[in-house]
Amino acid sequence: MSQPDVIYQTDALIAQDIDAYLETHQHKTMLRFITCGSVDDGKSTLIGRLLYDSKMIFEDQLAALESDSKKVGTQGAAIDFALLVDGLAAEREQGITIDVAYRFFNTEKRKFIVADCPGHEQYTRNMVTGASTADLAVILIDARKGVLVQTRRHSYLCHLLGIRNIVLAVNKMDLVDYSQARFDEIVADYGAFAASIGIEAFTALPISGFAGDNVTQPSANTPWYTGPSLIAHLEAVPVRGADDLARPFRMPVQWVNRPNLDFRGFSGLIASGTIKPGDIVRVLPSGKTSTVTRIVTLEGDLDQAQAGQAVTLCLADEIDCSRGDVIALADAPPEAADQFDATLVWMADEALTPGRAYWLKLGTQTVSATVRAPKYVVNVNTMEHLAAKTLELNAIGVAEVVTDKALVYEPYAQSRALGGFILIDKITNATVGAGMLNFCLRRAQNVHWQALDVTRQAHASLKMQQPAVLWFTGLSGSGKSTIANLVEKKLHALGKHTFLLDGDNVRHGLNKDLGFTDADRIENIRRVGEVAKLMTDAGLIVLTAFISPFRAERDLVRGLLPEGEFIEVFIDTPLEDAEKRDVKGLYKKARSGQLKNFTGIDSPYERPENPEIRVDTTRESPEDAAERIVERVIGAWMPVI
Amino acid sequence: MNMPSLTHLQRLEAEAIHIMREVVAEAQAPVMLYSVGKDSAVMLHLARKAFYPSPPPFPLLHVDTTWKFQAMYELRDRMARESGMDLLVYQNPEAKARGINPFDHGALHTDMWKTEGLKQALDKYGFDAAFGGARRDEEKSRAKERIFSFRTASHGWDPKNQRPELWNLYNARKNKGESIRVFPISNWTELDIWQYIHLNDVPIVPLYFAEKRPTYEWDGQLFMADDIARLEQVLGYRPEIVERSIRFRTLGCFPLTGAVESTAATLPEVIQETLLTTTSERQGRVIDKDAGGAGMEVKKQQGYF
Repeated sequence: MSQPDVIYQTDALIAQDIDAYLETHQHKTMLRFITCGSVDDGKSTLIGRLLYDSKMIFEDQLAALESDSKKVGTQGAAIDFALLVDGLAAEREQGITIDVAYRFFNTEKRKFIVADCPGHEQYTRNMVTGASTADLAVILIDARKGVLVQTRRHSYLCHLLGIRNIVLAVNKMDLVDYSQARFDEIVADYGAFAASIGIEAFTALPISGFAGDNVTQPSANTPWYTGPSLIAHLEAVPVRGADDLARPFRMPVQWVNRPNLDFRGFSGLIASGTIKPGDIVRVLPSGKTSTVTRIVTLEGDLDQAQAGQAVTLCLADEIDCSRGDVIALADAPPEAADQFDATLVWMADEALTPGRAYWLKLGTQTVSATVRAPKYVVNVNTMEHLAAKTLELNAIGVAEVVTDKALVYEPYAQSRALGGFILIDKITNATVGAGMLNFCLRRAQNVHWQALDVTRQAHASLKMQQPAVLWFTGLSGSGKSTIANLVEKKLHALGKHTFLLDGDNVRHGLNKDLGFTDADRIENIRRVGEVAKLMTDAGLIVLTAFISPFRAERDLVRGLLPEGEFIEVFIDTPLEDAEKRDVKGLYKKARSGQLKNFTGIDSPYERPENPEIRVDTTRESPEDAAERIVERVIGAWMPVI
Repeated sequence: MNMPSLTHLQRLEAEAIHIMREVVAEAQAPVMLYSVGKDSAVMLHLARKAFYPSPPPFPLLHVDTTWKFQAMYELRDRMARESGMDLLVYQNPEAKARGINPFDHGALHTDMWKTEGLKQALDKYGFDAAFGGARRDEEKSRAKERIFSFRTASHGWDPKNQRPELWNLYNARKNKGESIRVFPISNWTELDIWQYIHLNDVPIVPLYFAEKRPTYEWDGQLFMADDIARLEQVLGYRPEIVERSIRFRTLGCFPLTGAVESTAATLPEVIQETLLTTTSERQGRVIDKDAGGAGMEVKKQQGYF
């Protein structure tokens, strides 16, 4: 076992001149890197050694490590460095690293943050997470085994997440007698593969994490290798930020700072470029311009600030600017769009539901977004493109993403801050996916809306009514159709032009290709929503009677219509009552297991949070409810002439 | 413009400020857990920077055990005044009524005062996001915890079911009753903390600096006799008090926090000693060793911070 290197030899300086040492530490830069490899590649051992050699292990930890090594270690009596870094109890028992763990160590020049990620395919999401913040990736290869499927997968993922510094660490050189031929062969193999996926350059090193060769200092065992040790390389690589600094100024606004009427500042983390008082900026998406007057911090105003700093800017003009807006250099602002081509990584056990609305968070913007069926998924082992209907856990695919309002963005290849996003399930609030915007789709601009001379206003005026959608929702057997029927009869009698879209009837025709899976239910509602919208364009009062169990889809239809034209009518019948009635005998079938995905039994019903009208059928007769709905609807309408 | 690369401390500071602003923008009722230790001190300083010229728009919450050092109570009250923040002090009434103390009750002391106390305080005030000063370098299970760490309505932590955390995008969404713990200084090491205190003149409890103090030995460790009368009352005898030059590497309840003999009276000397020491930081605390190697992980699943 080699001794810690001079790189860490700080004890003397610390002991003799602590002030000088602190001065050095104060000027260190930071490098974040990810280590990729499986247990067998000796990844944890390598990290353990980096910590050990940089004296990030204390005596008591070492004592625990020694006793653990004997108990559960895999290195016989020798220290098993892997035990240092395998944190969670479950992992220690299984001997694998499940989650992403972050480790820290220092050298004379830098502070390092290591994202220690599991290597198996079922942990792709963990590796993607670790790679998202890394400046550099160390890809470990077992010298005995060479380039494996997992090597390719890890390299692809790191490249996908935009890591430009790739280090190929050919490990366990001690087990191949430090053979230069073996090393060269592996490097050549890897080089061919790397080029094929677009990795322009990488640095290869022969190391042994276990024996310490070329980890902190050049090894006498590899005289044929003249490059730097791993640590020396990590110390010399340019840190991220150089690219960000060179690009135009962008700062997503996080928070508006308003302690009193005299001060209004915009707080955020600068994503790219530099800024100084006097610079002209543009606030997006509004496009208004102003001049920066101050860069405010607790220690006094700054003359300038740069990418990576968290600041508060004051502007010369009282322009509208709030969380989610982006302040950018006026001459080179980013674009806004609402349809994108994006690469997605799915991170949840429940697969992507194309067409369903998710929250999309990009920078400080959060919008509602739907993902279309994937164009393809990538086989992460072979890089093949395969057809797919959805994205399962750990799948990586390319799909179109549509947002409900324009996002200020930049392609991920240019900006992690304005091109990377997460998807959040609206019900469970779990982070279910991550994505990288590739480019915006010009489709919206290319498919022009045909301007019609007879407008929706004209249709409505002729019928002397205000169009609307009365959206009845509730459990099967709650009485939706019954009440909707009564309402339509009453409206018809009053001379209103109406149309009732009934769930069962629509499934006989328009939607007969759809079943009852979540995805099909969502598509069912989407189509009905679009049809209802067209009918309101024709001036009709549309009544719909669908279980429509998911809040997200009801809100989607609400979003299709002008403000006030979507009237949600919640027929609130307790499950026991609906089941007792069971007009169609469906509950019985569902209970006996003959009918799957039945709302209320084995598929959820999400109650409306703020329906315009709620009907409690345990207290109100269908007749009374219909009367109340008609009154509410007619009463609110002013004739449009 | 020719600007130098940001130093690691500048990057860590910007990261922490960004995290705090995200919480304030997205949570309904945030709070900062304030333990009066050096990590809390740095976290409070960062909060003041993040929102300047506004005072940090959330209160400080001290989950008190009544067994803290007097000097901690003094600094706590002073910092609340200076920051312009509200200070909420919570003491678990049941622990108080039952006279739970570190001598007679061992692990129960931490469980009742701190774990239960924290849960009760969060429930009482309805906080949905709580800042904590935990760091990933402190302990193995912490190394895997997210910066935004989700808790169920019963304050449980499920390490296998954590939300993926990519780039600097934090998901603060949650359902009613659920809450998040947020660790803005996750990526700081002990040395970073000391260095930051040094560079920014962050006020810390004087107990971190060596001074002659009354001490006693108990269970093989060295402790400070901060309140001799109370000690005697609980122990049933007066321990032998010896004046020694001591300081503390971490601060908690005075009967649970071991002191180290030291002459480091200035910050650089403390940092010097810290760097040259061969014993890890949490070793002075009894808490981590309770349940074998997995002590902290078990505590956290139960709701300990």
